[in-house]
Amino acid sequence: MGAEHLLDLQDLGKTYSTGAVRARILEGVEFTVDRGEFVCVVGPSGAGKTTLLKCIAGLTAPTTGRTLFEGEKVTEPPAKLAVIFQDYSRSLLPWLTVAKNIELPLQKARFPARERPGIIAEALANVGLEGKGGVYPWEMSGGMQQRAAIARGLAYQPDVLLMDEPFAAVDAQTRIDLEDLVLGMSRRLGMTVLFVTHDIDEAVYMADRVVVLSGTPAAVARDITVDLPGERDQVQTKNLPRYGELRAEVFGLIQAAKRPAMQRTETVPARRMVP
Amino acid sequence: MMATTTPGGWRLLLLRGWLPVTLVALWWTLSAGSEALYFPPLQEILTTLVDEWILGPRWRSDLLPSLANFTIGFGTSVLLGTALGVLLGMSPVMRALFAPVLTFFRSLPSPALIPIVLGILGLGAGMNVSLIVLGAVWPILLNTIDGVRSVDTQLREMVRSYRLSRRQIITHVVLPSAGPQIFAGYRIGLQIAIILIVVSEMVGATHGLGYYVLESQQLFMITQTWVGTILLGIIGYLLTLIFLRIERRVLRWQIRMRQATGAS
Repeated sequence: MGAEHLLDLQDLGKTYSTGAVRARILEGVEFTVDRGEFVCVVGPSGAGKTTLLKCIAGLTAPTTGRTLFEGEKVTEPPAKLAVIFQDYSRSLLPWLTVAKNIELPLQKARFPARERPGIIAEALANVGLEGKGGVYPWEMSGGMQQRAAIARGLAYQPDVLLMDEPFAAVDAQTRIDLEDLVLGMSRRLGMTVLFVTHDIDEAVYMADRVVVLSGTPAAVARDITVDLPGERDQVQTKNLPRYGELRAEVFGLIQAAKRPAMQRTETVPARRMVP
Repeated sequence: MMATTTPGGWRLLLLRGWLPVTLVALWWTLSAGSEALYFPPLQEILTTLVDEWILGPRWRSDLLPSLANFTIGFGTSVLLGTALGVLLGMSPVMRALFAPVLTFFRSLPSPALIPIVLGILGLGAGMNVSLIVLGAVWPILLNTIDGVRSVDTQLREMVRSYRLSRRQIITHVVLPSAGPQIFAGYRIGLQIAIILIVVSEMVGATHGLGYYVLESQQLFMITQTWVGTILLGIIGYLLTLIFLRIERRVLRWQIRMRQATGAS
């Protein structure tokens, strides 16, 4: 057997127990991510997306099943995996400059001291923050802070970048900019990205594949290949009929799972977001 | 709303200085020529202060030992309290093991320990220093534990996912994050230490400022009692000023962040 998948989730389940109360969050979650893929996990708020991401990142142990990363079972955070958290203000250290924030995780063994300035400068350039290394995080806007957090993830040179609703805390325009920034960056660097979001438009727009998570406990409702042209564009891509169909499909799956007792057929609102 | 501009230079000096200067001037004029036993003229007090403590031998025989006791005692409290605080703050097991003992000692008024410490260590610097540590270490320890425990959960996850070493976690994440609370602990510890220099020397020393104040009072040398009291006030004030300076320097990032983001 070979490690053909970069990430391989097998029958992943998570149940939280507090006293007599047991909350089943995830059950039988299975999907894979291959090298170079951009996969979005989409699901309604409170569906357990963050819990899933924590299981994959080795931050919390699943109750059942396992995650294989490069063929090995994840029991603690792997060295070649980086997480971009939702709240940048609680992820960057305010007492360190941006450059120092980026440098902190670069361990001696993998990153000799003399190579670090180059690595940091390159990471900053990749997120459009050239020359901002000496600035403190709180001197920058929210969007720039999240970019700095992404630069830290890039400098760490992971094989996969896990992103947990990374644009949930920024304004709409910044969000669009950051979507294109991350897309362009992942294409340019051949980076594998697993991107968690509740935003259907964002998921369909960015992903090569969309994994729809739904139900209580959450499971994979469908694993959809996004057959849109590789080059994405905020106006053109979102005007394609196929884009509308895909987001309708995702929307339908999420709605159906929300109200299992009611009629399963849903009409899709004729909303087509064009910025 | 607070005033957005802070006065600077001479204006600030004037705003801050008028009350102390007025009070001293009032004291000076009202006490001039006083015959009352307990209210000697300020002029006489200041002359004695200069003669005995600055020109005379007292700064060496009584002031330096007091300051040395304070420095060693408070310094030990800071090191011990912070180190143990980080250790206990990061380990729930250690906390469970030591929490009841901590709560007990914190609640024990440290002057109550004087008779026992005096009995064990006898008169002298060892007893004075021990008493300062026994009093000042608790607020520092408890504040450090609290500060370390309240490190943000997402920050903890970031630290784990980037596999930071234990040393990196302590120096770059835990200590800076808990810094404001740790310094709040130092501040309480500082006040307790200043009180305990005096108290411990009043009962358990043959020299030092505290000894001087009580001894002179018992010998009805009231001018000297005033001198000692004023000196204690000045020393406490200066120590607090020095401490605030250091605090502002160490927590500079926080002050600048507050100014930049407008958060209070």
